[in-house]
Formats: sequence, C-alpha cells, structure tokens
Amino acid sequence: MLEVEGLNVYYGGIHAVKGVSLKVPDGKIITLVGANGAGKSSILRSIVGLVKPKSGSIKFKGTELVGRLTNKIVESGVVLVPEGRRVFADFTVLENLKAGAYSRTDKQKIEEDLEWVFSLFPRLKERIKQRAGLLSGGEQQMLAVGRALMSRPDLLMMDEPSLGLAPQLAEGIFRIIGEINAKGKTVLLVEQNAKRALELSDYAYVLETGRIVLEGLGTDLMKDERVRKAYLGE
Amino acid sequence: MTLALFLQHLANGISLGSLYALVAIGYTMVYGILRLINFAHGNIFTAGAYLAFVGVALLQLSWGAAYVMAIVLTAALGVLVERVAYKPLRDAPRISVLISAIAVSFLLENLMVIIFGGRPKSFFRPPVFDQVMDIGSVKVPTVTFAIIAASAVLVIALSYMLYRTKPGLAMRALSSDFDTARLMAIDVDKTVALTFVVGSSLAAVGGILWAIKFPQVNPFMGGLPGLKAFVAAVLGGIGNVQGATIGGLMLGLAEVLLVAVFPAFSGYRDAIAFVALILILLWKPTGILGQEGRVKV
Ligand SMILES: Nc1ncnc2c1ncn2[C@@H]1O[C@H](COP(=O)(O)OP(=O)(O)OP(=O)(O)O)[C@@H](O)[C@H]1O
Ligand SMILES: [Mg+2]
Repeated sequence: MLEVEGLNVYYGGIHAVKGVSLKVPDGKIITLVGANGAGKSSILRSIVGLVKPKSGSIKFKGTELVGRLTNKIVESGVVLVPEGRRVFADFTVLENLKAGAYSRTDKQKIEEDLEWVFSLFPRLKERIKQRAGLLSGGEQQMLAVGRALMSRPDLLMMDEPSLGLAPQLAEGIFRIIGEINAKGKTVLLVEQNAKRALELSDYAYVLETGRIVLEGLGTDLMKDERVRKAYLGE
Repeated sequence: MTLALFLQHLANGISLGSLYALVAIGYTMVYGILRLINFAHGNIFTAGAYLAFVGVALLQLSWGAAYVMAIVLTAALGVLVERVAYKPLRDAPRISVLISAIAVSFLLENLMVIIFGGRPKSFFRPPVFDQVMDIGSVKVPTVTFAIIAASAVLVIALSYMLYRTKPGLAMRALSSDFDTARLMAIDVDKTVALTFVVGSSLAAVGGILWAIKFPQVNPFMGGLPGLKAFVAAVLGGIGNVQGATIGGLMLGLAEVLLVAVFPAFSGYRDAIAFVALILILLWKPTGILGQEGRVKV
C-alpha cells in the first residue's frame, strides 16, 4: 500500500531522516519506534506532505506522493493523527468530526462513519456539542482519531496516540487501533509505548537518529536484546 | 436633548458604526487567518467606491449593475493583491508581509491618483437617498436606514457562512491551525483567496455606502475610515468577526454621540478612535471579545 524509498529530510543543516526505506502492506499494522528526536514525526509528516523531503520517493498505491499538496494526499486516502492531537479547540466535537469529512460529498456514508466513530468512542457522542478545547486530554485524543477516520482513509497514520494518557486510557486507544485495523484499515503507528505497539503490530521498524537500525516482526523485536534494553526498559 | 433628537443621533451613530464594521470585518478575517494587518484594506474600500463611480458616471450602467460590478471587481482586486503581494511571502517573517502590505497600499493609492486625478469627484447616488424619512418626530435619512439594513443583512449572512457552511468551516479551521487544516483536506490557497473575496466585497459595499452617504470620491477617502475600522477590529478583539462588528458599532456611536453631547469637541471627532485605541491597548490589549493567553496545543 505504501512504500518509502531512500527518504531524506533536512531542516536547514539538520539531517533528520537519513535514507529511510519502509513498507506498509495492505491491511497490516506497522509500527515505528524510536527515541525522542529520532525522526519519527518527520517521516509521517513527509508522507502526508507537510514536510518536503530533500530526496527519496513515497509511493501510495503505486502513485508518487512527494511534491503533492497535503489536501490532495489526504483526498487520495492517507491521513495523519498528528502528534499532540491538535483538535480545533474552538470547534464543537461534531464540527471537528465534520472537518475530518471536509472533502467528502457522500452524505449517506458520512453519517455511517459518524455512527461508527461514535460506536468506537461513545464518550464523543455524549459530548457532541461541547467545545473540543474543554475536553480532557484522553477525549481530545479520541476526537483526533475519530476526526481522522471521518476522511475514510485507507491508510491511517498515528503519531504517538497514547502520549500523555493514563495507562488505562492508552490501553483503550490500543484496543481501538486493533478494531480499526480489523475493519480493514491499514495502520502506520508511531509510539513511545514500545511494548504495546510491538505487541499490536505485524511488523516494526526501530529508528535511531534518523536511520532504521532494526526491523522485523513485532513479536520478534520484543525478544531482541537491544530493543528490550533501549525501549522496553529491561 | 429631546428624545427624538437622541434617536436621530443614535441612528446616525449606528449607521456610521455599521460602515466601520463592514470594513473592520475584512481586517479581522485576514488577520485571523494570516496574522497580517492588511494595510491595503482601506485602499480596497476606496477602489470599491471608485469602481461604482466608474460604473455609474462613465459606463452609464444602472445603479444596481454598477454596484454589482464594483463589488465583483473589488473582490478580484483583493484576491489579486493576496496572490501577488502576500502569497509568495507566506513562509517569510511576518514583518516582510507587513512591509509588502504597506507597499501595496501606497501603490494602489497612487494608481488611483494617476488614473482618476487627485481632485474629489462628486458621486451620483440614486435619488431615493436624497430623501429623509419621518418616523414619528424622528427624522432618518434614507441613506442611514439603508446602511443599517444592508450591514445587518451582510453580517448575518457572513455569520451563517462562517458557522453553517463548509467554506466557513475551512476558514475557521485555517484561522486556528494551517497544518491541521491541511490534514482535513482543506485547500489552503483557495480558502485564503475566499477570505479575501469576502473581506474585499464587504469593504466594497462599505466604500459604496460611504460614497452614497458623503456623496463624493477621492483617492484618499479610504485612509481615515480604514484606520478607524482597524481600530474597531482591535477594539473588538482582532481575529474575531463578532468583535469587529461590535467594535465598529461602538466606535460609530461614540463618535456621533460624544459630539452630539459635547458640541465643543466636534473638532476632536477623529481623535476619539485613537483615544479608544490607546485605552483598549492599556486596559485589555486582546480587545473586548479577544481571548486572553489563549494557548495553542
Ligand atoms: N520544524 C523543525 N525545524 C527544525 N528542526 C526540526 C523540526 N522538526 C523536527 N526537527 C528536528 O528533527 C529531528 C527529528 O524530529 P522529529 O520530530 O521527527 O522526531 P521524533 O522522533 O518525532 O521525536 P519525538 O519522539 O520527540 O516526537 C529532531 O532533531 C528535531 O529537533
Ligand atoms: Mg514526534
């Protein structure tokens, strides 16, 4: 579904992503783990066109994404739940979800997806008219995920969805990522919570200072000595 | 002051304030989205009045056709200014865009001097606006009434657009966060252009109504009203459309009523706006409806 080849991202003189290649096959959950500043967000933001890579190719369903505008990329079926949620604070919950469906015109299906999002996150339904800025952190995260789903993506990318959430809430988010995937959505996940992310994923990449240093099946990586030391705190 | 006289002043103040509001909305919308004080906005107001003048006096169009043409062309001019002078600088430091805006303002002003000459020209208005309506013992010129009615309709239509339509949703999304708006598949360039269409159209309506109220046009006519409308936008809380409306009305009312109550101050009429600006900046710099210390997550 998604193929990244030799991706290089610079910020001025900082070489943040150094020749990264990765594959996200149809229907799978792929995870990217790495320490702070490893370049995880930069990769996701390049895929969705918010950062212009210096070189490399990003192919989604066979078409090149590099050089296209973000709104076009999102319309083609890739969406990102950005780091830090970034819900529209002045919008109501419902307006945020509608913003997610901005480019769509299939009213019937939008209603269906809205119902689906509410079934995944019943809390959002209870707070449908509330301003998003007044939601708790966990609820905002649910809203950010729900809003992304409203664009009916084929590939859902999430940048640290469990960040700042209590363990129980984080667990809820991971459970829902599984549910979303079971519905046929491909997922590319970036996580600091490596244990849960690796358990959940079919395949994973470990990123260190802009380079992929390790990759493999999630369950295999969990047994890897280096991963256990660096990311699982053992 | 008799009640009738007071009501007359009130109507006059509301109508002047409505005009400030129409222009202030354009300042505030552009600021809300681009964080730019569009210095050329006063010239857009002037252009609206001049284009109506051209339609009526030179092209001999009907009133309605001339006004519609003026509004459409002014909207196009606003979009052109954005494309040429602001869009290429979207990632540049804000001060560069501000300087560009000031340059555009001078350019438009001088272009109008070159094209139309520096001398004021009288602005023909539909004869209905020469009349005065008697409501009981209150005398209200038809212009005053028309300005209030037109502005009210436009402000309501604008609120509807902002809060009930998709382009409005896009504008509000953009004013909160460009990148996240992009992630909603919102076309940033189109939405910014639309913002200029809306702001410039309202300024054109303001300019035309101004020229109907004070029936003449000159290349500098947008200067003072533009500046006052900017003050109104700051007064209401820049970036906030309701704020701009309230700020405009307050300023219009203050000008008219203060002079009515203290005729000796009539020479200081234009200073009121700037005193208000200083006071608001000292007392509540974010304006009446502006949020304080709003943190963006
Ligand atoms: N806009 C920017 N301008 C300059 N440098 C940046 C910018 N964004 C990221 N960087 C730098 O690029 C490197 C990678 O950042 P990135 O945000 O991709 O890391 P990350 O893996 O997502 O980290 P975190 O886990 O803290 O979110 C860092 O060194 C960071 O300082
Ligand atoms: Mg990050």
